[in-house]
Amino acid sequence: MIDKSTFWIVMPVLAAGTYAIRFSFLGTLGARPLPGWLTRCLRYTAVAVLPALVAPGVLWPAATGGETDPARLAAALVTLGVGLVTRSTMGAILAGGVTLFALLALVGQSGA
Amino acid sequence: MSPIRKAFLRGVVSALPMTVVVGPFALLFGVVATEAGLNVVETMLFSVSVFAGASQFAALQTMQENAPVLVVLATALAVNLRMVMYSVTLAPHFGELPLRSRALMAYFLVDQSFATTVAEIDRNPAMTAMEKRAVFFGAVVAVAPLWFLASLAGGLVGQAIPPDYALDFALPITFLAMVAPMLRSLPHLVAAGVSIVLSLALAGMPYGTGLLVAAAVAMAAGAGLERWREMRG
Repeated sequence: MIDKSTFWIVMPVLAAGTYAIRFSFLGTLGARPLPGWLTRCLRYTAVAVLPALVAPGVLWPAATGGETDPARLAAALVTLGVGLVTRSTMGAILAGGVTLFALLALVGQSGA
Repeated sequence: MSPIRKAFLRGVVSALPMTVVVGPFALLFGVVATEAGLNVVETMLFSVSVFAGASQFAALQTMQENAPVLVVLATALAVNLRMVMYSVTLAPHFGELPLRSRALMAYFLVDQSFATTVAEIDRNPAMTAMEKRAVFFGAVVAVAPLWFLASLAGGLVGQAIPPDYALDFALPITFLAMVAPMLRSLPHLVAAGVSIVLSLALAGMPYGTGLLVAAAVAMAAGAGLERWREMRG
């Protein structure tokens, strides 16, 4: 159970902090151009951040207590593979979702 | 149809596939939050004020583990630090718009609106700032109301949802499906590879700092390789 006094500190500070992060450059920079090295780096932000955000959870899912789960690992690889080949986000999500539920059903194991 | 309206519709349409996971994800957040002891009002205040799913889950988890306030905040904010890069990336495109526009966009700057806008600018680089803003808010209209409504539904449904649906994996699958189509050059592939390897190697680092180091190095690797290939001709 969550301690309510913790929650009532965390929520407003997290909300303000998150807004400040989002507002940071969008709100203050104006139309000034960024230096070339920075825009070069920014081309890679999404492909640098998102895999790092999900990779540990793919290999060691919290839902299985951190134990590598073949169904989730296969679903992640299928998602990545289908997305690479078809360039379709929607196709990749469907392929990954179908793989996950098919494999979970196959081994008769619950998701969580 | 005016170019602005067309751009808005393109934003809605390209963000629509993301609703497939945004809905269940928000529903799951509502369920998890109420199961963790928050009431429906607190759950909704949380979703509306923070409006960043991954960090909300991170905060719930660390609060449930009775982590100190500072650790909870550091973890959840670390998850959101990637949005600095979103903010930096979008700034040059919207700098000429009035501050109140950008202030409102900042609130709605989430993975989905960012990904949609960047992909659309990539496809139509000649768009005006107002068309780009229309794309952005098109994506917002596709995902934001759904996020709020599904959070509410999840909070109300509470414990009625069985845990057998593996909804925990909706987020990884969405993110991977968003990244895969972006891997269209060797530097992009290398950046993603470095990101994966380092995030696994540094997973033991406290409070999500491994993620930040992995992302920074991966970004430098991609940019460095691109620069090196350019210099080599």
